[in-house]
Amino acid sequence: MTKSEISQAIDSLCSKVAAELPEDVPVAIIGIRTRGEILARRILERLNNELPGREINFGILDITFYRDDLSRRTGVPLVKSTEIEFDIDDVWVLLVDDVLHTGRSIRAALDELHDFGRPGIVRLAVLVDRGGREMPICADYTGVKFTDIPDNERIQVRLQEKDGQEGAYIVKKKRDS
Amino acid sequence: MARKAPISSKRKETPESFCANQEVRVSEGFVWSRKDLLGLDELSPEEIVHILDTAESFREVSMRSIKKVPVMRGKVVALMFFEDSTRTRMSFELAAKRLSADPLIFTAKGSSVSKGESTLDTVKNIEAMGVDVFVIRHSQAGASHMVSKKTAASVVNAGDGSHEHPTQGLLDIFTMRQKLGRIAGLKVAIVGDIAHSRVARSNILGLKKLGAEVIVVGPPTLVPGAIKSMGCDICHNLDDVLGEVDVINMLRIQFERFGGGLFPSLREYYHLYGLDSDRLKKCKNNVLVMHPGPINRGVEITSSVADGPNSCILQQVTNGLAIRMAVLFLVTSGQNA
Repeated sequence: MTKSEISQAIDSLCSKVAAELPEDVPVAIIGIRTRGEILARRILERLNNELPGREINFGILDITFYRDDLSRRTGVPLVKSTEIEFDIDDVWVLLVDDVLHTGRSIRAALDELHDFGRPGIVRLAVLVDRGGREMPICADYTGVKFTDIPDNERIQVRLQEKDGQEGAYIVKKKRDS
Repeated sequence: MARKAPISSKRKETPESFCANQEVRVSEGFVWSRKDLLGLDELSPEEIVHILDTAESFREVSMRSIKKVPVMRGKVVALMFFEDSTRTRMSFELAAKRLSADPLIFTAKGSSVSKGESTLDTVKNIEAMGVDVFVIRHSQAGASHMVSKKTAASVVNAGDGSHEHPTQGLLDIFTMRQKLGRIAGLKVAIVGDIAHSRVARSNILGLKKLGAEVIVVGPPTLVPGAIKSMGCDICHNLDDVLGEVDVINMLRIQFERFGGGLFPSLREYYHLYGLDSDRLKKCKNNVLVMHPGPINRGVEITSSVADGPNSCILQQVTNGLAIRMAVLFLVTSGQNA
């Protein structure tokens, strides 16, 4: 995906979300570190522009402590903090990640979210859905959908804020990730 | 303060070439890969900062409504306390519980140690029950090193004799960084019984690696001259250093390790090395007063100082929990590496 395709994907995602954003309940956008957080910030910014005056909370999840593959990984990179500084009970939550693949990250994110309270409704937005699900999880808002990505390849999303460039690529999988 | 300290070959990581005031940062892509934490001596500056940074994330866990994460579910953490402890043991126990691990607690008192079972036999027998981490407190220096060579489980040193107490050193440094915003360039006084203090040793090792200056203060009988080889300055007069330091770490006199006779009286010790409000007035306004506990009030520190606004003694205890969660998490995850 090129820069402009990513931008278009986020645009269409935002307009769908804006149309379905509930009126009378508190709303929050929560991004999954690292690139889900960046995408979540962009979505928040667009929604704030499109819906001025609408209060939207923002949070970040680091799902490391909730992953199911920790014991299979070698070594630990730095774990960052989860930041949810608002009451999550009964909130309409938009969970944001960059790539939806096996669904295991989202499973972990849902578990972590529930340790903060009882959210009202949780919706999932992803930039790329590449298929290959291992858990019964699907996205409510999808930027782009691919169906024919082989298992030994993965989608690598690159975003300006973190990587200094913008794009999504198909790369050969390293053995560990 | 330039000094030519003889550096033993064992300690070649000590950053003599270290540029003062340069805070150590962990490079992107750094990965923790140790299965044990035996001391700060063996850690690189980057590894120390990695533990501190990881502890920041665990501090957040302790502020949630559900203060528990499932990251060590199904793991067993054996707390092997061959020597007495309040803070360290309870802190490790709570840390294990907050990580969803099962703590298994051993205290030498009331155990088969009284029947003559050796440390290693005790450990091997408990290991046979299926243990992932041993946390070991022992009166003999090197006890956890020895155990780590004989077990496949992770080993964390929770204090070995007068040698090291790495998690205490880490939580002290963590607290300094939290309160003062940096470590590099800080001037830290460690006051009291340096000779018998594993807390002093772990503090000195960690602080020097991260670029702080350390002055050890105490009577000549309690401050070995060889401590200079760790790169710190020695001073026998507390009043001389008060005005220049950012942190004062007061240590307890470890009577259990020498039985007395190294100074004339507690009263005289208090007079010369006790931190009271008069001495505190000579310090910088925002000086940080620390103490690893247990405190002997009226010996090394007065209540007015220990409970006063410059004291972060209880904050140290709170931070100890985050540090121990980080250490347990890292050593178990580093096991596969």
